[in-house]
Amino acid sequence: MTMSTTEEMRSYVTLNEYDVDHVHSTDFPGSYHGYDDSWDFNRFRRNFWIEVTKLDDMEMEFDMVGIDAALANAFRRILLAEVPTMAADKIFIHNNTSIIQSEVLAHRLGLVPIKVDPRMFEFRQEGDEEGTDMDTVEFELKVKCTKNPNVTADLPDPYEIYKNAKVTTKQLKWIPRGNQAALHHNNPIRPVDGDILIAKLRPGQAIDLRMHCVKGLGKDHAKFSPVATASYRLLPKITLKQPVVGEQAERLARCFTPGVIGLKEDEDGNKVAYVDNARKDASSREVFRHEDLKDAVDMKKVRDHFIFSVESTGALPPNVLMCEAVKILKEKCRTFLVELDNLTKK
Amino acid sequence: MASSEETPKKRLTVAQTDSTSQFWEDSKCMTFVLEGEDHTLGNALRYIIMKNPDVEFCGYGVPHPSENKINLRIQSRGPPAVEILKKGLLDLSQVCDHVLTTFEERVTEFKQDMTDKMET
Repeated sequence: MTMSTTEEMRSYVTLNEYDVDHVHSTDFPGSYHGYDDSWDFNRFRRNFWIEVTKLDDMEMEFDMVGIDAALANAFRRILLAEVPTMAADKIFIHNNTSIIQSEVLAHRLGLVPIKVDPRMFEFRQEGDEEGTDMDTVEFELKVKCTKNPNVTADLPDPYEIYKNAKVTTKQLKWIPRGNQAALHHNNPIRPVDGDILIAKLRPGQAIDLRMHCVKGLGKDHAKFSPVATASYRLLPKITLKQPVVGEQAERLARCFTPGVIGLKEDEDGNKVAYVDNARKDASSREVFRHEDLKDAVDMKKVRDHFIFSVESTGALPPNVLMCEAVKILKEKCRTFLVELDNLTKK
Repeated sequence: MASSEETPKKRLTVAQTDSTSQFWEDSKCMTFVLEGEDHTLGNALRYIIMKNPDVEFCGYGVPHPSENKINLRIQSRGPPAVEILKKGLLDLSQVCDHVLTTFEERVTEFKQDMTDKMET
């Protein structure tokens, strides 16, 4: 354990050669003299900021700063497990003569991301086998593999000589229920990607099935998770405690992710290391393996600076998912406030 | 004490209070059971409750991984534990509001910047 000031302990996680120090948040009332750590919303408001660094339909990256890990982690966990999406849950197989077993096929279909806004649907009632147009999206998959009559030559490629040798998600046909066709007129419901391979067939083999997609949560089954991944990392803070020059400087730069340590020339033409962009660092502690370098650097992480990365499966854009996650945490609070009220009334 | 049998969908119950108070609502120490919750709400709530200077102790636990509930223990120095929990829930929901508005603002700004860049 290295010596550090109170301020450092509070603000940074320290990466040492063999251990990580000041891992936990300690900013609670009574922990430190001279600090007011009691909850103050206005103080939180002043210190909290977000900056979006990347955003498209599938991925986003943003910095969330001035918030505790307990809350940042709650958002992350909700993104993974509690923001609902629609996924195939009941597969009615009328015919499956392909070599892929029906239960495996059903599982594969369940994992296909469906492009539909889950907010327009309700959860299906327990025990309801049929479903309604309010809670079910239906697809049909009817494929039969045949020989391609146009090909006469002995070609080696099965995808040339057979028709439907590959069954992909493009062949899933949406069967609108009730007023769904009108309701989703502008955004017809379909699998997010059309090129996901579901099964391979040979002439004579066929698949004929219907699938019911329902709304669900990632904590029930991963297929309902709206994100491919949602994660955060802490912003690295790297400081050089002493000048590192020449061969040592080059070696130092190689210890870190490219772009973290820069080299510039001083008046005598020597290469001198400087911290260029600590954000890029993947936090490898390679530098501690070099006896002559390990005392020259200080590796830390900013405790309340979260670099979020949210990668959607495609049903909803990642920024919408994040908003939904925050709303869900708020909804939890509201639910228990009502429950608490009911509890104390009696 | 509140019974959990009469209404099946009740998600908040009290598992334990200190015996010193005549009215259980006034108890400074209480263990709440939050049905259907896990570390997501548990840890966030613990953090915000521990930020309250009136709180002597706050902790939560998952009694068993296959039971979908958490125990939240609050020991207060002054106000009743129910009030502490209430303040915690209100603070947390206020944080959510601010995070949401800030996030939406930044996303709108970012999208605007992108369209500006496309035009120039």
